[in-house]
Amino acid sequence: MNFTDLVFYFFAAMLVLAGLGVISARNPVHSALFLVLSFFSCSALWLLLHAEFLAITLVLVYVGAVMVLFLFVVMMLNINLAQMRQGFVRYLPIGALIALVMVAQMVWIVGPVGPDVFQGEQLNQAVQQGADYSNTRELGKVLYTEYVFPFEVAAVILLVAIVAAIALTMRRREMTKYQTPGKQVKVRKADRLRVVQMDAESNE
Amino acid sequence: MESIYLAIPLAALAGAIIAGFFGGSIGRVGAHTATILGVGTAFVLSLYVLYQHVFVGIEPFNGTVYTWMVSEGIRFEVGFLIDNLSVMMMAVVTGVSLAVHVYTIGYMADDDHNWPKDSLAGKNSYQRFFSYISLFTFAMLMLVMSNNFMQLFFGWEAVGLVSYLLIGFWSVRPTAIYANLKAFLVNRVGDFGFILGISAVVLYTGSLDYAEVFAKAEGLSQQTMSIFAGAEWNVITVICILLFIGAMGKSAQVPLPVWLPDSMEGPTPISALIHAATMVTAGIFMVARMSPLYEFSEAALSFVLVIGAITAFAMGLIGIVQNDIKRVVAYSTLSQLGYMTVALGVSAYSAAVFHLMTHAFFKALLFLAAGSVIIAMHHQQDMRKMGGLKKYMPITYWTSLIGSLALIGFPGMSGFFSKDSIIEAVRHADTAGHTFAYAAVLSGVFVTAFYSFRMFFLVFHGQERMDEHTRKHLHETPWVVTAPLIALAIPSVLIGGFTIGPMLFGDFFEGAIVIHETHNALARVGEHFHGAWSFIEHGFAGPALYLAALGVFSAWFIYIKHPSIAEKTRQRFDLIYKILDRKYGFDEFNEWAFGAGSRGLGNRLWQFGDVVLIDGLIVNGSAKLVAWFSSVVRHLQTGLLYHYAFAMIIGVLMLLTLFVII
Amino acid sequence: MIGLSSYLTLGAILFSISIAGIFLNRKNVVVLLMCIELMLLAANINFVAFSHYLNDISGQVFVFFILTVAAAEAAIGLAILVTLFRNRNTIDVDQLDAMKG
Repeated sequence: MNFTDLVFYFFAAMLVLAGLGVISARNPVHSALFLVLSFFSCSALWLLLHAEFLAITLVLVYVGAVMVLFLFVVMMLNINLAQMRQGFVRYLPIGALIALVMVAQMVWIVGPVGPDVFQGEQLNQAVQQGADYSNTRELGKVLYTEYVFPFEVAAVILLVAIVAAIALTMRRREMTKYQTPGKQVKVRKADRLRVVQMDAESNE
Repeated sequence: MESIYLAIPLAALAGAIIAGFFGGSIGRVGAHTATILGVGTAFVLSLYVLYQHVFVGIEPFNGTVYTWMVSEGIRFEVGFLIDNLSVMMMAVVTGVSLAVHVYTIGYMADDDHNWPKDSLAGKNSYQRFFSYISLFTFAMLMLVMSNNFMQLFFGWEAVGLVSYLLIGFWSVRPTAIYANLKAFLVNRVGDFGFILGISAVVLYTGSLDYAEVFAKAEGLSQQTMSIFAGAEWNVITVICILLFIGAMGKSAQVPLPVWLPDSMEGPTPISALIHAATMVTAGIFMVARMSPLYEFSEAALSFVLVIGAITAFAMGLIGIVQNDIKRVVAYSTLSQLGYMTVALGVSAYSAAVFHLMTHAFFKALLFLAAGSVIIAMHHQQDMRKMGGLKKYMPITYWTSLIGSLALIGFPGMSGFFSKDSIIEAVRHADTAGHTFAYAAVLSGVFVTAFYSFRMFFLVFHGQERMDEHTRKHLHETPWVVTAPLIALAIPSVLIGGFTIGPMLFGDFFEGAIVIHETHNALARVGEHFHGAWSFIEHGFAGPALYLAALGVFSAWFIYIKHPSIAEKTRQRFDLIYKILDRKYGFDEFNEWAFGAGSRGLGNRLWQFGDVVLIDGLIVNGSAKLVAWFSSVVRHLQTGLLYHYAFAMIIGVLMLLTLFVII
Repeated sequence: MIGLSSYLTLGAILFSISIAGIFLNRKNVVVLLMCIELMLLAANINFVAFSHYLNDISGQVFVFFILTVAAAEAAIGLAILVTLFRNRNTIDVDQLDAMKG
């Protein structure tokens, strides 16, 4: 067992434990924080797999943006903590059972027992790249040539998400004053100004 | 010549179309002129054709006018076969039709009274009637001139259709509607057999053309077919019997005579035209035309013979107890049709056709005379309310007398020649059943004389039993009515003597009618034939004449001398009277078996099949099943998110298991 | 010894944890959304592992896109959650059964 394996086991264990923590934490803020921890461990694992760009992206985008958003929302909602845990224990056996069955089946397929599809020699020996191998550059080479169309589509998806989120949640408060530039530009002098003829008043 | 043949039916058709479609615009006079011109042209041309074929002696014409379609070698054509048999029928049909057309001008003059105020059918009913009778003439001509089974069948059905239209002409009367449906349906029963016969012909000979079928007739008589498992039937017997079933419907033989008396609901002119002279004789004509086929099947001939004999006798008996003047003549027609059928049965086809011709004249005459009486009596038809009309309606009286004498077979009249030929032929025949037939036709002579003169005496002699109002208005009917009567009386007297020689014992029907040596009864009669006068003398030697005289005398005795005897006899023989009055129960049987039976079957099928099975079980049942199922399934939708997620997860698990294990 | 199958096993375990989380969690819609993120993460691990051991960069490209879409979906999911809370004043999943059949 060399150092790499040790690192792998350590981060894998942390990932699993963090996942368990997400689902069993009493306080939703704690759940969010456990999720952040799991993302971090996953990022470390990806570094082991020589996927540097994705590892950094995971931390920057996912943890930095999405999880922060989660925390915003969790803290914004006024949650009554007391009732949170009532149903958990009652359904634990079934949930655990199902999860275990699923894991067992998947592991059986993937692992050394069962169909020996994933055990072959060439599958377990990754190609060793040279020192000037840049994962980012390789990713970039492919992303802007072969996969440029999905790239654009992903951009559109993000745009749509922005619009949807705003449309769902924006509230206007009646009392705040705001400007509508469109209407301001369309105003005509006659709407604002009326010239009245008056006799000059003498000043006695 | 061909164009003349074509012109004959088309002239009648043209008249029918003009009066039918343009009746409203050309008015009554226009309608009857158009149709009389049409039928008149047909009549004149028929006489010309008759002259050419009979007197000049040109060859019979057998040709196709139009080929409709050819399917697997079977040709469906419109064609004409003009030989002596056809020209005789054509002349009779057009002649009687012309007389009836002229008569109708008088009969339907005040037809407006028969319709309610704003009846749609009553508008232009006069023109409609003329159109129908011309149409009938066209259909009957197509029938007799045809040279193939399809056209025969077309004509057959078309005359049935026009008969339906005309019987129910006064469609506002429920009895008329009942009668015309009955006529059509009973005819349909006969037509069913007819179609089966034609199909058998096509199946075994592969052709619809007369000439081809007749050529194969001998071969057919050697073949057998099995209809029900195990029973082998001779093909030609089956064909002949099936075709005769069609004739039984059309010519109203037992057991299908029930429609003819009811058809008297129609106006009298059509009773004369259709139900005396022409349509009902279509069956007789058909059998005569098919003589090459019938000669090969003795079983079929015996069948025809027995049916005819039963009809001749039994229907005559019913005529004795009728009180409606038209019904008496109707049953007389039925009885005489029986005579013609008997003649066909003993292979005396020419005698049958000869009787057909003479009967056409004197029966049409009797019907028209009855109509004349009805007009004068303001549409009163019950004989018990007539009497002593002799001095009011002399022309009608004398023509009726001529007609009745012809009917009973008074020596010298045409009816005598034709009837006695039949009786003699039956006497000389040896077809199975001929003894029974002989007894039947002889007794029929007595019965015929009795009911004819019963009618005659009740209407024209004796005390006057009508009410005062009618009696004051009694007078002879207009000339348009009496002229046809006279026109028909002349051939009733004369035509028999002149034509019996060549028709029956000469070569008039050579080629048209085929008779085998073994059952040529008429030839045996012909051995004793030495001309018309000697036939009359010969008549005095036979029993028929004396039976007729006895019948006349009995009628005179009972109805003129001692009228009370009639009533007393009726009370004594009440049971027989009831049987005859109810027409042997045929109507009740049909009503019970077929009418009520079908209704009952329909009812039960509706109750169980429709309501329970289809509506309840299948239609409503499937709806209820779906509703029940969905009411159970809807509990799956709890609205709770994690339940749905759980279901999805279970599904994924199952799929996974599936993949893992299998 | 740490080969492809180890990473795949890890992905499987994480996936089933998140499934259990969806099922067991009845009181908190936010945790539901977090479990979905966990599921996506498990899939991403699989992708990256395959990409590494099969020497095919398209696995990572796909992860790139999954990340994008997951972010968008999380945003919209939270927006819906906020609207839901504004209307119902609760994020208790048990009380969200208005669509009962």
